[in-house]
Amino acid sequence: MTSLLFAQLGTPHRIQTPSVAWSGLLPVLVLLGGAVVLMVVGALLPRRSRHSWHLWLTLLIAAGSIGCAVPLWFRVRDHGPLSILRDAVRVDGLALFLGIVIVVGVMLAALLTDGYLRREELEGPEPYVLLMLSATGGLLMASANDLIVMFLGLEILSLAVYVLAGLHVRRLRSGEAAMKYFVLGGFSSAFFLYGIALAYGATGSTNLTDIQRFLATNTLTNNGLLLASFALLLVGFGFKVAAAPFHSWAPDVYEGSPSPVVSFMASAVKAAAFAGLIRVFVYAFALDRHDWQPIVYVVAVLTLLVGSVLAVVQTNVKRMLAYSSINHAGFVLVGVQAASDRGVRSALFYLATYTFMVAGSFGVVTIVGRRGDNRHQLDDYKGLARTEPLLAFAFLVFLLAQAGVPFTSGLWAKFYVIGAAVEARSFWLALVAMLSTVISAFLYLRIVLAMYGGADEADEAAPAVPRLRIPFAARIALVVSVVATIGFGLVPGPLTHASKTAVPKIAAGK
Amino acid sequence: MMLASTLGPTPYLVLGAVLFTVGAVGLLVRRNPLVMFMCIELMLNATNLTFVTFARQLDDVGGQVIVFFVLVVAAAEVVIGLGIIVGILRRRPGATADDLRLMKG
Repeated sequence: MTSLLFAQLGTPHRIQTPSVAWSGLLPVLVLLGGAVVLMVVGALLPRRSRHSWHLWLTLLIAAGSIGCAVPLWFRVRDHGPLSILRDAVRVDGLALFLGIVIVVGVMLAALLTDGYLRREELEGPEPYVLLMLSATGGLLMASANDLIVMFLGLEILSLAVYVLAGLHVRRLRSGEAAMKYFVLGGFSSAFFLYGIALAYGATGSTNLTDIQRFLATNTLTNNGLLLASFALLLVGFGFKVAAAPFHSWAPDVYEGSPSPVVSFMASAVKAAAFAGLIRVFVYAFALDRHDWQPIVYVVAVLTLLVGSVLAVVQTNVKRMLAYSSINHAGFVLVGVQAASDRGVRSALFYLATYTFMVAGSFGVVTIVGRRGDNRHQLDDYKGLARTEPLLAFAFLVFLLAQAGVPFTSGLWAKFYVIGAAVEARSFWLALVAMLSTVISAFLYLRIVLAMYGGADEADEAAPAVPRLRIPFAARIALVVSVVATIGFGLVPGPLTHASKTAVPKIAAGK
Repeated sequence: MMLASTLGPTPYLVLGAVLFTVGAVGLLVRRNPLVMFMCIELMLNATNLTFVTFARQLDDVGGQVIVFFVLVVAAAEVVIGLGIIVGILRRRPGATADDLRLMKG
């Protein structure tokens, strides 16, 4: 018996394992390893200390991840995309561009988190670890070339964010936000997975390159399965980017979650989900664009209108910004709907500039929220320009940028997206987008008016309100965001050029 | 096995779709957080059944392997979900989804 066993073992029966180009995965691995190291070191050292070394270590790791991504960017630009793990992961311009955007989102959120944790007397390295783990999932999602890898990335991304939403353990709203986000997130993930299953059944593979090749060489006699999978995948992505009619979780979750976490949700999570959306629909299903474009068209119109109209009736600034982030998702969808090089390029530009605007906005919200993170009514912003002129100015810049005012990056972002829609002959969509800009401009001006006007009422209320404390780290985040927002508004060239380089080739139409 | 070859894939796919729908409707109808949570698991497992059926139909081992990934993800979701539920129930015993209405929505 034993001899038989050994005889069988003796014959060299090697399993072929694919070679892994680890260098291509370095940005992800640095973040993942850094998160584990921070967790372990955090367990060994005192949880609360005067020095915010958790934050600096996080920034160092994130900078290391970007440092690994930049050489890859030039390598990919000159020698074409890297295909890793039998084409399950593809490191190309799109993956690196949005990967860097996601990591920048982590850095800004981490800078805001430090002051928040001290103010709320929360402690420990866990928020930073979760931010980095979540970003790992985002990076994986942005570079996934297989639907299952994309699903895993989505789950790694989401699971960490569910916990982050419930970070503030003593605040009931935080737990409620975590619960709502978790249930609806799990619901949408299940839809997404069912969509993958149907796409697998219809095309025989989960690899995006194989799917594209299959659809290019075969004509389906009955494409009901494929169409159902389009719809289900779109539901999954729609939930993550908070597109109407799957947006209902966003205002509640944004209101209840800790404000620094919201900045991460609105920037990095959106960027990762759009990376997946673009990869699956614009690239893998490129040849069936006439089937999915109308659905995205309708979703984009709904998202734009819901995001702008419902924002106007809110009185809570965090909810206003939640609806405005829905509106922005609509704008990116306008770029995706064009399904052209120019559309993808404009979507990438939008996501990159929006990261700074939204991180800055929620940075201001974090600070104005004061202890307890509860002062988010419009009245709490009254007279802010008088008490904290610089903070009010920063918020003014972010709000004007979101409204798309000249000399800010927001103008170019909106301009490119609408340009792409017009080029794709979606005139009505472009018109709706511009109309929604006008409606949401009213909302932003309402906040600006509250900050710069209403000083006389604030005089009486002033003694009751404790003075704002702006932590040093949050100051850095705000300054960086303001500089980036105005900088890319004055000189959009480098970012436009980078987004142009990042766009992979789309398969030609039928 | 005999049954599988005589029936063909359709009944299994239909069963998967039905289970998925039961899970989706259950999640929207039930108010107990734990039951809502079980509904998500039902949806994921309905998807697993669909994957396995397609894998058999296509004679491709990939679909069977995916099931393992999904099981791992489902297990991770259980950990997070129960953690969140325990966190809420500790502050507020006997809470149902209807009690979670500090924020309108």
